[in-house]
Amino acid sequence: MVSDNTKVLYGLYNDEEELKSAVADANHEHLNIMDVFTPFPVHGLDPILGLQESRLHILGFIYGAIGCMFGFGFMTWVFTSDWPIMFGGKPYWSVPAFIPITFEMTVLFSAWGMTITFYTICGLWPGVKSKFLDNRITDNKFCIAFNVTESSESEVEHLKGFFNRTHAAEINLKQV
Amino acid sequence: MSQPVAPVRHVLIEGNKSYHNITEDLCSPTEKAPSREWIVAFSLAAALTGFYFFCVSWTIWKGIGSWNLNRTVNWGWDITNFVWWIGIGHAGTLISAILLLFRQRWRTGVNRAAEAMTIFAVMCAGQFPLIHMGRLWLAFFIFPFPNTRGPLWVNFNSPLLWDVFAISTYFSVSLLFWYTGLVPDLATVRDRAAGFRRKMYDIFSFGWTGSAKHWQRWESLSLILAGLSTPLVLSVHTIVSFDFATSVIPGWHTTIFPPYFVAGAIFSGFAMVQTLMLITRKVLHLEEYITINHIESMNKVIVMTGTIVGVAYLTELFVAWYSGYIYEQFAFYNRVFGIYWWSYFGMMFCNVVSPQLFWSRKIRRSIWWTFFLSIVVNVGMWFERFVIIATTLARDYLPSSWSYYSPSWVEIGLFIGTIGLFFFLFLIFTRVAPVVAVAEVKSILKVAGDQYIGPNAKHAHAHSHKAAVKTHTED
Repeated sequence: MVSDNTKVLYGLYNDEEELKSAVADANHEHLNIMDVFTPFPVHGLDPILGLQESRLHILGFIYGAIGCMFGFGFMTWVFTSDWPIMFGGKPYWSVPAFIPITFEMTVLFSAWGMTITFYTICGLWPGVKSKFLDNRITDNKFCIAFNVTESSESEVEHLKGFFNRTHAAEINLKQV
Repeated sequence: MSQPVAPVRHVLIEGNKSYHNITEDLCSPTEKAPSREWIVAFSLAAALTGFYFFCVSWTIWKGIGSWNLNRTVNWGWDITNFVWWIGIGHAGTLISAILLLFRQRWRTGVNRAAEAMTIFAVMCAGQFPLIHMGRLWLAFFIFPFPNTRGPLWVNFNSPLLWDVFAISTYFSVSLLFWYTGLVPDLATVRDRAAGFRRKMYDIFSFGWTGSAKHWQRWESLSLILAGLSTPLVLSVHTIVSFDFATSVIPGWHTTIFPPYFVAGAIFSGFAMVQTLMLITRKVLHLEEYITINHIESMNKVIVMTGTIVGVAYLTELFVAWYSGYIYEQFAFYNRVFGIYWWSYFGMMFCNVVSPQLFWSRKIRRSIWWTFFLSIVVNVGMWFERFVIIATTLARDYLPSSWSYYSPSWVEIGLFIGTIGLFFFLFLIFTRVAPVVAVAEVKSILKVAGDQYIGPNAKHAHAHSHKAAVKTHTED
């Protein structure tokens, strides 16, 4: 995302509809948006921004499958090979009795695996020093940011013109 | 796909709020000095929590003999309280998970507090079986870990062990769900704070920025966690009911227990959410976010689940009679007319009769009726667990070993103490994090705010209303 000493030109919008039409305009003009920040998930933004659907759910399935096999496999190993005990004349390998724990392990692995993956791929973790553009982004402003570290003055002016045309409420240049 | 939002929608956010108003209203309780009501409530809860720890220490020091359990009635208030608290813990995940899957927008007003309630209720519940073990310091024996005794493993066939897995999974998954939802809101609080507070919230909000890709993944994660939590929440109380249903005790050995326990759990959980939210909205002035429409929706769930519970009670009696099996018939005759008859009738009145009042729209939308009935329901649900546990055990197969059980002061203290602990944790929560999900409320503003829909909708906003309808054509 944002690395050290990046110059960012960002515009703040007051409404998610203005933001969405601005993003669409930016696409139209082939402007390279660095990132878009919003105070809440804006529906319909992902396709305009060209974001691929998250593949987190595929990982969730894989983690769940691992949990399922681990839980069932572990109980099977304990009761058939490591320390078989007869409970009430039932078979050692009493599959129906293993179902509740197998299910719980599936859910446990899937939930933890996915959550840890989510925080890891987003680079979110306690102590992470994020480069904040503006305090109001988590309140009521919708932000489009351009990386202008290597842009010429005229390119920056062009982007400012874009923000003006799309009714941005504020335009700021920030070194982060 | 692409169904427009129905023109008739309940207003869920009142007072013509802007996004900034929402931030202001929901974050400010964490920023102001606590009110006098909060301090009084917190002191009381802290005192009860102190008493709780005293009773725990007493139990451990003196042994389980300080309780009034006996050889016949070997589960008493402890397991009653355990099941009661676990049941209360079910509403949070139901509201946040099942209602998310059903796209019920009113969940956004109450989901955060309900999830917090779940976590605190499960913490209270977990204590009882642990203390009941007697030697609390050996409680880790319940987990299968490699040990020097063979290794000797736990009995994976035992429903009590399934419970260990179910409850620990439930607790940890609920915690993930709650905290992941909380991260963007903690970032909102962070961005309003300065100095030390900002540093603390910076750590706890994990450096959240609100990037579009993060929001997309966040929504994906929430949805899948909801999908996982839905069968999980149903499995937890099902497994709790297996503690009883898989034993060969007449009155416990019934196949109706899993659905009956799950419905009862949701019933009591919603009642507790009502009790808490009615107090919270008043004390924190959140009437515009937790509206009468929210309260009414929850009351509808209460009347529904209360009726399911009622049907289950009657089915149980019918099946006992129809079984033609005298021990089963006696167990239920004894449950209704035996030594604990008052408990049975208390349960019937509180759980089956009283929630029927919610068929009346006027009562459903009355704050005082709701508050009163929510407490009645939780009293009733406590009676239910007591009825199942104590009446069944007190009259076992051998009339010579029949017994009566009433709690000692330590057992009563433990119960009252966990109520104190629950409120202690909840009150701290109201001070450190927004009790209503800020980002989620903002996301429904344009389809549930009173300036966009309902009788007060402004024509000046017609344009943005149309736009909002367009945005909410997902799924």
